[in-house]
Amino acid sequence: MIIAEQKPIPEIAAQVRQCRKVLVLGCGGCVTVCQAGGEKEAEILASALRLMGVREGWDTAFDSMAITRQCDPEYLDGIARKVAEYDCVLSLGCGVGVNFLAERFPRTWVVPGLNTKGAGATLEAGVWEERCLACGDCILHLTGGICPIVRCSKSLLNGPCGGSQGGKCEISPDVACGWQLIYDRLKQLDRLDLLLEVREPKDWSRTHDGGLRRVVKEEARL
Amino acid sequence: MSQNGCKTESRLERVLREGHFAVTAEVGPPKSASSKGISRHAAAIKEVADAINLTDNQTAIVRLCSLAAAVHVMQAGGEPVMQITCRDRNRIAIQSDLLGAYSLGVRNVLCLTGDHISFGNHPQARTVYDLDSVQLVKLVRDMRENRRFQNGEEIKVAPPRFFIGAAENPFADPVEFRALRLGKKVKAGADFIQTQAVFDIDRFARFMQVVRDMGLDEQVFILAGIVPTRSARALERTATVPGMVVPQELIDRMKGAADQEKEGVAIAVELISRLREIPGVRGVHIMAIAWEEIVPEIVREAGLLPRPRLEVPTPA
Amino acid sequence: MVDDGTEAMTAERPGGGGPAATAGGGPSFEPRIVAFCCYYCAYSAADLAGSMRLQYPPNVRLIEVPCSGRVDPALLLRALEEGADGVYVAGCMEGDCHFQQGNFRAKRRVGAIKKLLSQIGWEPERVEMYNVPASDGARFAQVAREFTERIRQMGPNPARGKKVRS
Repeated sequence: MIIAEQKPIPEIAAQVRQCRKVLVLGCGGCVTVCQAGGEKEAEILASALRLMGVREGWDTAFDSMAITRQCDPEYLDGIARKVAEYDCVLSLGCGVGVNFLAERFPRTWVVPGLNTKGAGATLEAGVWEERCLACGDCILHLTGGICPIVRCSKSLLNGPCGGSQGGKCEISPDVACGWQLIYDRLKQLDRLDLLLEVREPKDWSRTHDGGLRRVVKEEARL
Repeated sequence: MSQNGCKTESRLERVLREGHFAVTAEVGPPKSASSKGISRHAAAIKEVADAINLTDNQTAIVRLCSLAAAVHVMQAGGEPVMQITCRDRNRIAIQSDLLGAYSLGVRNVLCLTGDHISFGNHPQARTVYDLDSVQLVKLVRDMRENRRFQNGEEIKVAPPRFFIGAAENPFADPVEFRALRLGKKVKAGADFIQTQAVFDIDRFARFMQVVRDMGLDEQVFILAGIVPTRSARALERTATVPGMVVPQELIDRMKGAADQEKEGVAIAVELISRLREIPGVRGVHIMAIAWEEIVPEIVREAGLLPRPRLEVPTPA
Repeated sequence: MVDDGTEAMTAERPGGGGPAATAGGGPSFEPRIVAFCCYYCAYSAADLAGSMRLQYPPNVRLIEVPCSGRVDPALLLRALEEGADGVYVAGCMEGDCHFQQGNFRAKRRVGAIKKLLSQIGWEPERVEMYNVPASDGARFAQVAREFTERIRQMGPNPARGKKVRS
């Protein structure tokens, strides 16, 4: 899923305090799972902004609701009439949701309530961590299913660097060395031979460096 | 390959191929646009070292670039080893710098991954790491041996012919993979290796045993790293750097010394003499961080003078 | 919701809340307090306090919940929006939750709302988490007194008397 976290409320407030009527719009997709921007979070944020407005004397009304997904046109179509009542939509979707709302509602000011962190997974209740950098050229078969692009702070393909110590990355004792993880797993699977190959430089043109990416599946088109 | 077996015009390469125990030393460029410090250090160190390393924005702190610093060293009469990291430049910028450096007379490069940006003074900067150090070694080798840019395109005239260095940290983890990774760098085309600072001789000796067992010492010149420290506090700080191993007894010894600077020199000299006894060690690389002026004394005390006088081939 | 008549009071009280907001509170200010009380502990303790004829401020309006862990953090904010001057959650003693972890969850959620309140310029002390065992009527009364006094010192909710929700 996409993992995200809410922006600090003062930062959000600065985006919306001049508005007349704001719809805090949650998303029922990934950000509900990572508890950043679902219906509940939208309700709490709207409540908090109303309370903040009272204290600071804004003339702004805040309502909240959530839709199934902000990244599919059909769900946005479903709220077109509702959105027309507002001069601003504060999206609690990931960056995709914000973009998509802005595209769908050209006359409405759309602002982001979240900082989108990446593609991740649930480590434990309340903890999510990125696991894929969407590089567009998966090499996980070479590294035992552990991604050096995202788990190594330097995205090395021929790691680990000299800063790996005690299983930790040089940037922080809280960060595991991705290449230590890869090494341990390949050793366990008796596939250390994979690490002896000199891996060629990555083709970054398949990631965003090659420009906006689009996926087309012809048979799925109408 | 020329008559003496050298692949390049590097003086350092000749020193090593002729079997001398090599000495290289590091100079850190300043956080300013002044060449004075580099020139002064280079003038002193060139008499006692075969080549001088110029760091590339070490610890991710903005400094005068290693290419310009290398030129200042040459102007002072020294031979530079230009360090180049993958942190700040992509393959286009790196190849461009390599062409430029060679055109100015630089003959040695040290290929590094580079300390992470979070250590430095611009932690908000974007990291690059388009390549890693192994890929960088191979890139420089392909330019020299195959006259190819990284994309495979031919370098029609004047390919850069660098003597290619790489680093290895025998003390980083996973320990059992370190010699294998050194092997990867050799396979990629490294001619010489400058290691991370050695304080724990026994552990380094075990590493070298594995290196010899793999036959790597026959394929690459290994220069062991020495970091002289001028105080117990500096040594303790060094011990906290990820990938550094400093035995407690050395720290205690520094703490107990009446004159810590003197003790720092004595320790460095001792380490050098013990490293010389380890088969496969072909030289030392002295990294006197912010203490460059001590290098001549250490080299002299270590009995590594005079340095071999070689007739430098005229650059083509 | 504060005045929807669902709250249960176990001690005598004068009819409903204090006067409309007066700037800065003052001795005449009677706080309106909402307490979400766990059925298994604090709510029973309130009952007990009533039977024991223990005095506690009539400002506190109790809402019975099946577990303190059932209290949605949105409700704490909603109570403030609707004019409550202070809100607290009273759950079982740590380790005694009927549902194992409910009171720990409540504690974290109340903590998060406190943090949120300081971000939006409100006093985080307007919300609180307490642990009150079912057997301790005196503790229940003491908590009610303490919290009421705290809020009285703090002054009225700035949202009082305003139409906050559209």
